[in-house]
Order: sequence, then structure tokens, then C-alpha cells
Amino acid sequence: MAIYHLKLPLTGEDVKKLKVGDSIYVSGDVVTARDDAHKHALHLKEKGEPLPVDFSKLAIYHCGPIMRKNEETGEWEVVAAGPTTSSRMEIFQDKFIEAFGTRLIIGKGGMGPRTTVACANFGAVYAMFTGGAALLAADKVKRVKEVHWLDLLGMPECLWVLEVEDFGPLLIGIDSHGNNLFEANAKKTRDTLPQAYQIIEQVMEEQ
Amino acid sequence: MMQTATLETIIEDTGVELLRRAATSLPKDVFAALEEIKKEAPTESALLQIENIVTDARIARESSRPMCQDTGIVSFILTIGDEFPLKSQLKDILRSATRRATKEVPLRPNTVDFFKGNSGDNVDPRGYIPFFYIDLAPGDELKITAMTKGGGSSNIAKLGMLKPGVGLEGALKFAIEAIADAGPKGCPPYRVGIGIGGGEDICMILAKKALLRPVGKRHDDPKIAKLEEATMDAMNKLPIGPMGVGSGKTVIDVNINLASRHPASLPVGVVFSCWALRHASAIITKDGTVSYVEY
Repeated sequence: MAIYHLKLPLTGEDVKKLKVGDSIYVSGDVVTARDDAHKHALHLKEKGEPLPVDFSKLAIYHCGPIMRKNEETGEWEVVAAGPTTSSRMEIFQDKFIEAFGTRLIIGKGGMGPRTTVACANFGAVYAMFTGGAALLAADKVKRVKEVHWLDLLGMPECLWVLEVEDFGPLLIGIDSHGNNLFEANAKKTRDTLPQAYQIIEQVMEEQ
Repeated sequence: MMQTATLETIIEDTGVELLRRAATSLPKDVFAALEEIKKEAPTESALLQIENIVTDARIARESSRPMCQDTGIVSFILTIGDEFPLKSQLKDILRSATRRATKEVPLRPNTVDFFKGNSGDNVDPRGYIPFFYIDLAPGDELKITAMTKGGGSSNIAKLGMLKPGVGLEGALKFAIEAIADAGPKGCPPYRVGIGIGGGEDICMILAKKALLRPVGKRHDDPKIAKLEEATMDAMNKLPIGPMGVGSGKTVIDVNINLASRHPASLPVGVVFSCWALRHASAIITKDGTVSYVEY
């Protein structure tokens, strides 16, 4: 379980050395993207239309932040920015990684087999930030660099480009070697169900 | 007229304050339970996650900022006294409070209409959100509980319309299977509410309301209390743990509400709250005195 401090975007070499269970801290630019942003980006790509950001140079952050415009400076500020449930993006993520060459996906709760295959095929990793820890995350944001699709998708769903510093610890949940920590844990959980049921059976007998 | 207007303002201000408290201050019983889980964390990875959670909650309370960016869908649970002068106006007053809280706390705009888009103010243009649970009581007081529940933990809720033959045992196993399916998707350690009986709607409401019981407070009926403890033990056997790292406690507490059922039905509702279980309550008398419930 190694710990790494890495610059964004990750290099192919960075990606290769990371293994499930490792922790990373990253510095550089991330872009928030949830369900609608994934859908819209893939739609534009399919139609051959230009995209407002280069996803290959950014880490994708599954996050719908609370943002506030500073009335004096007119600048956007991050109020709270923890990760959202990544499994919702499972239906897009493999196509997204293939289409844009993204190397780092940050979220929480784990992702499934399609993303695992895409990470192995195209050289990407999935990492988890503590779910709900929105202020710890917000305090790692140095600057809000850009916002796109705000009017189209609304505050939680649009693209916020954030410059982060030492953002982490992020737990590697899917590496580029076909390993998926969360799927492995899900299997262990299912295997433990009979033991859990036994506790109920026992207490019902006593009643 | 003057007096009514004043009371309206007091209720609106209280609504805003309750939403602020809910979003920024984890109830003390929940916080204490998370600290216990931290003390017992069996591995480095479980400890790291639970430490982040406890730290985030502490910073949120100290700095009066929302502990999680998903400030949820708003609901209000109202108990209206017979002698309390405002009744039908309460919904509109609390809708205004929600609009203000969205700006002032701030809350994330979370009401998305398929045709009209995000309303931007957490009020559903079709009138369903905030949602109101309304109860009546003797006396001249109004009790308001504001509850904000995030989408991640709502997405893992389960409704089971089971065959009565599987009995209570089947109902509880259904709840355990629900948490196994959920895994880390809804941000564990979870608070779990289980509603059994009634109908398809009643069991879900009973389950959701079970989340509001203080942590560690068992059901008055010792038989049900025993089932709560057993279900909690069973759920904590599963290797999910804080944020799904595979070790450490998965649930903070389990509460069951049991209602009579139709002879042909066995409805089971299972509702989860993420670690950030957010609610706050206040009591307002008819002359406008507000007392906030310790939180």
C-alpha cells in the first residue's frame, strides 16, 4: 500500500505503477462531471462538435459542488465539494475513457466491470475520496479556473475546472491491471451473508 | 393582523435556521457514535475514512458550512397544535424558508424537473418539494423538524412486498440483503430505518421516520428492541465498513417501526441515511417563542 504525491495529468507511467489499495495525493487541474455532463460530452463527441475542455489533460471528478459567486470580486468560490456516487456513471465511463483518454477518475462508492475493463485497456485508474467529506475536499481547491455548461446543466451537473493542491488521500479502487477493490469487497460481502442471516435465525428462535 | 404577520416571519426565520443547522451540524448523538466507530477502527484504511468523516463534521459545525455538498431534498415534519393559529399557510411559509436557506446557508439547488430544469431554489414548481409530513396534536405549539436527505443514500432504499409466509425473519433478511447490495454506494457507516407492515407507502414512511430516533434508543417493545440489536449485529458482520474499505463498522444503528399488516401482505421498507444524518427541530408557541431542540 504505497503513498504517492503526483502531478496532474497523470503520465502513463504513473498509471502503470498504481495498484489497488495505494493512496495518492494529486496536484493540478480536475474537472467535475456527473451523469448529464458525461452524457452531453459523449453526445458532442459523437456529433463531431467541439468540447469546451480537453478531458485528456484533466482528472475527472464525480462531484456536484456547492458554489458561490463572491459578490465583490465576481469570482466563483467552492463552498462544499465532496464526491458523488460513481456507480451512476458506470453506463458512460468506459466510452468516456475511450473517447477522451482520461487517466484518472475520482469519485466514491466504486465502479463496475465495464470501467475496470476500460481502465485496463486504455490505461486509467479510479480513485476514491471520502464520501461526504465535502469541506476537506473544498479546502484542497486553490482556485476555480473555469465553468462550462452552467446554464445548460445547472450548478451540480455542469463542468467546474478546479485547480487542486495535494488533493487526497485518494484510495485507488481500480487499477490499470484489471483489479477492482470494491468488486472484490462486494463479493466478500455476499459470501458473508449466510453468517449474517444466522444471527437473525437465532434471535427469531429465541422469540 | 399584525400578530399573524409577525408569527409568519418567526416561522420562516426558524425554517431557515433549522435548514442551516441540519446542513451544517451533525446531531450530537450521531457525531458521538461516529467517534466510537473511529476508536474501534480495526485497520488503517477504516481509520483513515472515519477520521476524515469526523473531521469534516467537526469543521462543518465550527465554520457553519454544509458538511456535504449534497444538501439533499428537503422535507418538513410538522406537528401542529389545535390552538396554533397558522395551519394551511405553513406550507407556503416553509417554501419561502427553503428558498431563503438555499441562498443563505447555502444549500445546493437539488430540485430538477424533467421539463423545466433545475428550479434553482430547492422548491419543486409542481409543489411536491419540500415534502410535508403533517401530524396534529393537542396544545398551542408547532413543532417543526427539517430533514435534508442526500441522493446517494436515497438511491439504495428498498421496498419489498414479501410473501407473509417468510415472516419477520424474511423481512429482516430482506433488509440485510439490501445493505449487502448497497455496499459503499450510499456513504457508510449507515443509519438504517426499517418499516414493516402497513402498506407499500406506510412501510417506507415508517422506515424513514425511524431514522429520527436518537442513536441507541431502542424500540419501546422489548421484542422489537431485540430484533433491532440482532439486525445491527448482523449488518455489522458484513465486510463493508466506512466508505466500503472492507473493514470496520458498517452501521451506526438500526431502528425498526412495526405496524399491523394486511393478511395477504408483508411490506418491508428499508431506508438508509449516509453518515451525514441531517435533521434539526424547534418548537414555536402561538405567541412566537422559539425553542430549538438540543442537537
